[in-house]
Amino acid sequence: MRVYQFTEQAYFPAWNEHSGTLRVTFPNRKCDPRVAADLFHRYYDEYQLCDELGLDIMFNEHHQTATCMSSAVVIGLAVLARATKKARLLVLGYPIGHRPDPLRVAEELSTIDVISRGRLDMGFIKGIPYEIAASNRNPTELMDRFWEAHDFILKAMTTHDAPFNWEGEFFQYRQVNVWPRVWQEPHPPVWSTTGSASQARVLGERGYVMATLGTGYGTRRLYDAYRKGFLAKFGRAPAADRFAYLGLVAVAEEPEEARRRGELVAGYLRTSPIVHLPFRNPPGYLPVEDNARLLRGETPPRSYTKDGRVISMQQASVDELIAAGILFCGRPHEVYEQIAEFCEHCGGMGNLLMMGQAGFLSHAQTVDNLSLFAREVLPRLKAYEQPDAEAAAAAVAA
Amino acid sequence: MLQPTESGSLVVEGLRIDLIERGAGAPLLFLHAENGLTPALAAIDELAKAARVIAPTHPGFGRSELAKGMRTVEDLSYFYLDLLDQLDLSGLTVVGVSLGAWIAAAIAVKSTARLSRLVMVNAVGIKVGDRETRDIVDIFALTEPDYLAIAYCDPKAGRADYTTLPDAEVVAAARAREATARFAWNPYFHDPRLKSRLHRIRIPTLFLWGSHDRMLSEAYGRAYCAAIPGARFEMIERAGHFPHQEQPKVFAARVLAFASGK
Repeated sequence: MRVYQFTEQAYFPAWNEHSGTLRVTFPNRKCDPRVAADLFHRYYDEYQLCDELGLDIMFNEHHQTATCMSSAVVIGLAVLARATKKARLLVLGYPIGHRPDPLRVAEELSTIDVISRGRLDMGFIKGIPYEIAASNRNPTELMDRFWEAHDFILKAMTTHDAPFNWEGEFFQYRQVNVWPRVWQEPHPPVWSTTGSASQARVLGERGYVMATLGTGYGTRRLYDAYRKGFLAKFGRAPAADRFAYLGLVAVAEEPEEARRRGELVAGYLRTSPIVHLPFRNPPGYLPVEDNARLLRGETPPRSYTKDGRVISMQQASVDELIAAGILFCGRPHEVYEQIAEFCEHCGGMGNLLMMGQAGFLSHAQTVDNLSLFAREVLPRLKAYEQPDAEAAAAAVAA
Repeated sequence: MLQPTESGSLVVEGLRIDLIERGAGAPLLFLHAENGLTPALAAIDELAKAARVIAPTHPGFGRSELAKGMRTVEDLSYFYLDLLDQLDLSGLTVVGVSLGAWIAAAIAVKSTARLSRLVMVNAVGIKVGDRETRDIVDIFALTEPDYLAIAYCDPKAGRADYTTLPDAEVVAAARAREATARFAWNPYFHDPRLKSRLHRIRIPTLFLWGSHDRMLSEAYGRAYCAAIPGARFEMIERAGHFPHQEQPKVFAARVLAFASGK
């Protein structure tokens, strides 16, 4: 199993100053650049520590929000590509569904791959609903743009002998010839995220690494959809390394301190959805049938505990979040057992994306969280024997 | 009272759309607004008392199909020019409301060969202000109650209870929201090129303007009107952005009077 540490790099000092939204329209007057600078350097220090601890590193990008200052993911990637030696650098994800220039994406990511000497994991996502406003791209076209951008970026990274032409529906380029040439062959591994079974199947057919977030004990359904797609395309079971899961992690020697850290890291869940209603669901982001259901007042459940209860991530207690496999929290052996049990549920999960810092979790607490995890949980996870992949695939083929 | 299920359908260049045809007399093409055809049915009833009303449901709205490449009002204007050719209509009065008015203008700047008169009702579609001034309120940044408050003189007129409406209408509402975004998201509810082409509309044109419209300003409407040679501007009282819906009888009377040459 690989473990990637992740933080949203939040501007948490403004979290108690919102009047109904932390995103989109929350004015940047609330951001003190001096404080932001200190926070960026602190987060980069913590990421650099990961390299020393044997953890891999994950970055993301969000726009116009106090929940995440990383509005241009390539910047953090660049800083850490230079400042680290061993850690893999995962971007999950670059929101190619709504960014305007996939050629720029190809140039940026090729450069990161070269500077890091081949340590980039390349995650492409369509972008979350709240951020359509940031780019003003049409939300009804998101998936079509996503796939054209994806196709273009991969062609740009794998064409080496002459410039190529691209006159697509969304993007037009006439002489594409990306320098520097990407390090990893044929290109950095592709990752993506989803919460839908149909998209999970598509990702399986492509053999990309699929990550889910906050799906807890409802994750198996999505992983099985992936398995169906992978099996149909490749005629064999996907290994555990095709699967990733983003879980909050809070570990401490003292149980009470662990719970305190758990509550602080869960601050991400409490604040992430604080956004004015009109921005939560732009037209075309969901299929018409889902929007019709929402108009009728039917909200789809998302997060399930081990015993099948539906919880709201935003309001759930630390215990409920642990029961739902959303938060892995406790003393080191407890955290290991929770993760291992979750892997058994999934039928195999080879990439833990651990949110080991969020919100008000202090630098000292974060350093201890990461160090203790690396010392006492990581070695056991690296030695963990995944459930039988063939058996898991056979179960869905039946 | 007209029911949508009484409508027929039409296939134009391989695309199937719903279409209502009602009444007798001079032909009148009614191009509905972004809230779909259903809110216009009372007005269509009134118009049909003295005209042959042809009321299509735009591609992407209601149950009308949407061609994959159809992304802009320009695309819709060519679709409708094809429709007019197919039905071989002439001497048409074209009445468009809001998004429908934008489509009407986009048709008229290309060709008025089949058109005799144009009615633009609380029309969107052009840019009047400077680059930092948005002429049209960003309705996608408003909650439903806030939107109803600016779009209607009486917000109750626009409210719908989706928990009790029939399935087809709930789906139509979801489709209308998505289709509106498809055509109007960016550039926002306008075509940057349209204003410079309005001089090409040389048929009698009437602007009808619901006086309580707070999605668009009266100044915007008057600037739009001034760009079409000889166009006339009239207010409709006690109505907002959708005067055909809030004042169907007054609306129809004004349209029919204009259509008959007054």
